[in-house]
Amino acid sequence: MSGRTATPDLALVQPGGAAADDALARGAALAVRGLTVSYGAAPAVFSVDASFPSAAMSAIIGPNGAGKSTLLKAALGVIPRLSGTVQVAGVPLDRARDRIAYVPQRASVDWDFPATVRDVVQMGFYRRLGLFGRLTGADRARTVACLDRVGMADFADRQIGQLSGGQQQRVFLARALAQEAELYLLDEPFAGVDAATERAIIDVLRGLRDDGRAVVAVHHDLATVRDYFDHVFLMNTRAIAEGPVARAFTAAALEAAYGGRLGATHLAGLAG
Amino acid sequence: MADGWGPRILRVWRADPVGAFWQALTLGAGYNAALVTLGAAALGFAAGSGGSFLVLRGRALVSDAMAHATLPGVALAFMVMVAMGGDGRWLPGLLLGSALSALVGLWVVGWIARATRLPEDAAIGAVLGSFFGLGVVLLTVIQTMGQGRAAGLEGFLLGSTAGMLRQDALIIAVGGALVVAAVWALRRPMTLVAFDPGFAAATGWNVGRIDMAVMAIVTAVAVIGLKIVGLVLTVALLVIPAVTARFWTDRSGRLVWIAGGLGALSGYVGAALSASAPDLPTGPIIVLVAAGLFTVSLLAAPARGVLAAAARHHRYQAQVHRRQGLLALARGDAIAERYTLRLMVRAGFARPDGVATEAGRGAAARLLRDEQRRAVARDMFRAGPPADDGLMPVERLFTPDQLRAIDARLAPRAVP
Amino acid sequence: MGAEFVQFSLTPILIGVLAAIACALPGNFLILRRQALVGDAISHVVLPGIVVAFLLTGSVTAWPMLLGAGAAALVAVVLIEAVQRLGRVEPGAAMGVVFTTLFAAGVLLLERSDTSSVHLDVEHALMGSLESLVWFRATGWGSLIDPAAWDSLPPELPRMALVCAVLAALTAVFWRWLRIATFDEGFARAMGIPVRAVGLGLVGAAAVAAVAAFDAVGSILVIAMFICPPAAARLMTDRLGVQVAWSVGFAVLSAVLGFVLAGYGPLWLGGQDAVSAAGMIAVTGGVILGLACRFGPARVGSVPRP
Repeated sequence: MSGRTATPDLALVQPGGAAADDALARGAALAVRGLTVSYGAAPAVFSVDASFPSAAMSAIIGPNGAGKSTLLKAALGVIPRLSGTVQVAGVPLDRARDRIAYVPQRASVDWDFPATVRDVVQMGFYRRLGLFGRLTGADRARTVACLDRVGMADFADRQIGQLSGGQQQRVFLARALAQEAELYLLDEPFAGVDAATERAIIDVLRGLRDDGRAVVAVHHDLATVRDYFDHVFLMNTRAIAEGPVARAFTAAALEAAYGGRLGATHLAGLAG
Repeated sequence: MADGWGPRILRVWRADPVGAFWQALTLGAGYNAALVTLGAAALGFAAGSGGSFLVLRGRALVSDAMAHATLPGVALAFMVMVAMGGDGRWLPGLLLGSALSALVGLWVVGWIARATRLPEDAAIGAVLGSFFGLGVVLLTVIQTMGQGRAAGLEGFLLGSTAGMLRQDALIIAVGGALVVAAVWALRRPMTLVAFDPGFAAATGWNVGRIDMAVMAIVTAVAVIGLKIVGLVLTVALLVIPAVTARFWTDRSGRLVWIAGGLGALSGYVGAALSASAPDLPTGPIIVLVAAGLFTVSLLAAPARGVLAAAARHHRYQAQVHRRQGLLALARGDAIAERYTLRLMVRAGFARPDGVATEAGRGAAARLLRDEQRRAVARDMFRAGPPADDGLMPVERLFTPDQLRAIDARLAPRAVP
Repeated sequence: MGAEFVQFSLTPILIGVLAAIACALPGNFLILRRQALVGDAISHVVLPGIVVAFLLTGSVTAWPMLLGAGAAALVAVVLIEAVQRLGRVEPGAAMGVVFTTLFAAGVLLLERSDTSSVHLDVEHALMGSLESLVWFRATGWGSLIDPAAWDSLPPELPRMALVCAVLAALTAVFWRWLRIATFDEGFARAMGIPVRAVGLGLVGAAAVAAVAAFDAVGSILVIAMFICPPAAARLMTDRLGVQVAWSVGFAVLSAVLGFVLAGYGPLWLGGQDAVSAAGMIAVTGGVILGLACRFGPARVGSVPRP
C-alpha cells in the first residue's frame, strides 16, 4: 500500500483499490478493518483500517487523545469494539492468540502487587501452560534468559514494587519475550523510562525485527520515529496516513494529524 | 411508653390504611409522629446534601464504616450511664457515645490507609467488621447485666421510631435542622473542594479542614440517623440521594440541593408511611423510598438515564455498521461482520448472500462521494473543519456555497 | 477440658475456623482487586435472600435458605455491576446503593411476614449464634471415633467443611488465572484468559463462603473475616502464595482465640456469662490486623500512593 495521506488524491478510497489492500492485509502481521470504538458519545477510534507488516518495526502515532492506545487495545480484544475485524497473519484474532505478545502501559497495573520479577515474567507462560501444566526446568531457564536479554537477570527475586520505572518496563518486555510470539504489540514502551532503558528496549525490539517478527508500538516521541521505526501509522481518531516512514511520515500528514499543535519549523525538522 | 404512638396508629391502620398514610403525610398522626416525620425530612436533606460531597470525593463507603462504628459507642455509653446510676437509655448520652466511637472509627480508617500499604476500602471493611463485632460483644455484656435494660439498644441497628419519647423526637428534629443549617453555611467551600480541591487550595481554602467539616456533617447524620434509619442503613441515606441527583444535573451547585431535596422527600414520605402502619420499620421504608427514586432516575432520566443511553448507543452502532457495510459494497469487498450484513439486508442494500442491490449500489456511491467530499473538506478547512461524527450527511455539515466549492475541487478528479 | 470441651466448644471452634478460612481465601484476591467491600455487600444481601427463600418455600431448612442467599448474592453482584456501568456510578457508591436497598427490602419482608416466630430474625442474621452449635451426644474425645455420636454433630460442621474444601480446591486450580487477572487484567485479556468469568467466579466463590458462613456465624464475622486476615497477611509478605498461607493462619488464630476469649474471658474478668463469640472473633481479627499494621514486616509498600 502506498503512503496514504490527507492530501485529497491519496486519501481517496478507490473502489477496487481496497481489494488490493485486502490482499496486502492478508500478508500483514496485523490488519484491522473498519475498527470503531466508542465510550459513549464521541468515538475514540472511528472506522480505522490499518495493516502492519512483519519483519518491521511499526509506530502508531498521533496527538494525545488520538485513540492510539485504544486502537491497540481494541485490536487485541482488551476493550470491546463497536465494529470491525482483526486479523493476525491472515487468521482471525481468536485463533491467533498464541502468536501475540503484549506489553501494556506500565501505569496500567498496581506495582504494589505481591510478586517478584520472576513471577511476572513467568506469567508469559500461562497461556501455554494452561491451569495445570507444570513449569519445567526449561521454562525456569528461559525466564532467566528473557530477563538477561533486558539486562535484569540479577533482579529476578526483587519485589516488583522496588523497581524503577525503566526497570518495570524491562520486566514487562521480558514477560512479552517469554510469550515467544510472532507479533509484539507495545503500548507506549518508552513513556517515562530512562535513556539507558530506552536504548536497551530498542535493541531488543530490533533483535526481534531482525528475527522476522513484527513489532507494533504506540509511540509519542516524534523526534525518534525516523531512528526507531520502519513503518508508521498516523491517526487522530481516524486513520490519517500509513506506510514506510520515508513516504508516510510527511509534514502534510503530521499537520493533518496534529492540526496546529506543531509549529511549521518543527514540522519541517521532523519530516526532514 | 404511654407517650408512644404505636397502638393508637395500629387501630387507625386497621380501619383505613390509605387514610392513615394520608394523615401521617399531612402531619396529622400525632405530635410525636409529626416531629419524627419532620426530623426525618431534615435528616434526609442533610444526608443527601452532605452525602453528595462524600460521593463526589469518591469516599461513599467511609460513611458505612463510621455508621457501623457507632455501635460500640452506644453500648459503652449505656454501660457508663448505668454504672453512674442513670437510666442508660438517655438519648443525648447514647448519641454522644456513638459520635465519639464513629470518629475513632474514622480515625482508624485514615490511620490504616496512611500508615500502611492497604487501600482505603480494605481499611473501611476492617473497621466496619471489627468495630461492629466489638459492639455486638458489648451488647451481649449488657444483656447479662440483667433487668432487661438493654431493650431498645437493638433498635439502633435498623432504626425504630415506635414508642419514641417526645424528648427524643425533639432531639432528632432539632439535630436535623442544625445539620441542614451547617450544610447551608458551608455550601460554597464544600462544593469547591468536592469538585476541584486543587483550585480550592489555590484560592486559599484549607482543604483538610473542609474535608473535616464534611466528615463532621456525615458523623452528625450517622448519629442523628441512628434512631430513625439505624446504623446498618445510614450509608443508604448518604449515598442514594447523591447518586440519584447525578442523573438529573451536571452542575455541582445544583447537585447538592437536588440530592438534599431527594433525601428530604425520602425521609418525609418514608417516615410518614412508617408512622401509618405498625409493622413498617422506619429505616428500611425510608431507604426503599430513596431506592425507588433512584431506580426511576436510573432508567428514565432524560440525558443520563439507561433507556436514553441504550437507545443512543444502539442507534450509533447501527449507523457505524451501515456506513461500514456501504463502504465494503463501494469497494467490492465482502461484508465482514454478520451484524453489518443483517442491517444491509434489512435496509434493502444487499441480498442475504452479500451482493449489493440497486439501492445498495446507489447508497454506496453516495457515501463514497461524501467520503471524497470530506477528504477535500479536511484539506480546504484545515484551520477549522466543522465538528463531524463521520456519520452526518455532508449536506448538513456545510453551507450550500461551501458545498459547491468542495464539489468544484472534487470534480476534476471525480471517479470515472 | 475433657468431655465438656468436646461437647460445647469443639464443634463451634471448628465451625468458626472453617468459616474464617472459607472467607479469608477469596478475601485475599478481593483486597488485591480493590473489591474488599464486595464481601460487605454480599453479607448484607444474604438476609433478603433467606427471607425470600422462606416466603417461597415456607420452610426453615438449610438448603432453601442457602440457595436463596446465594441467589440474592448473585442478584446483588449483577445489580452492582449494572448500576456501575449503566449509570456510570463509581463502584463504592454503586455498592452502597444496591446492598442497602436489598437489605432494607429484606428487613421489610421479614417484618411484614409472619416469620418472627421462627428462627429468622435480624439480630441472628447479623450476629449469628456460634455458641449454640454444640455436639449434644458427645461424651468426650472418644466420641470422635464413635459413629453413633456423629449423628448429633451440628449439620453446619460438614457443610462448612465441604464449602471450605471446595474453595481451597478452586483457589488452587484457578491460581494462575486469579493471579494474572488480578495483577494485569489487560494482559490477561490479550492472552485470551476469560477475565470477566474469573472476576464473576471470584465474587461467586465469595458469595458461597459468605452464605455458608453466615448460616453459622452471622454476617459481621463474615465481613471481618473477608478482610482482616488477608489484609493482615498482605502486611507480612510480598509473595502472593505466602500471603494466602498467612491469611489462613490468621483466620485460624482469630477463630480459636476469639472463641476462647468470648467463652472464658469474662470468667477471668470475674463475670459469669460468655459474650458473643462471633463478635469476639471479629474483634480478634481486627486486633491482629492492628498489630500487623504496626509491626508487619511488609506493612509499607515502596510504590508511592496516588
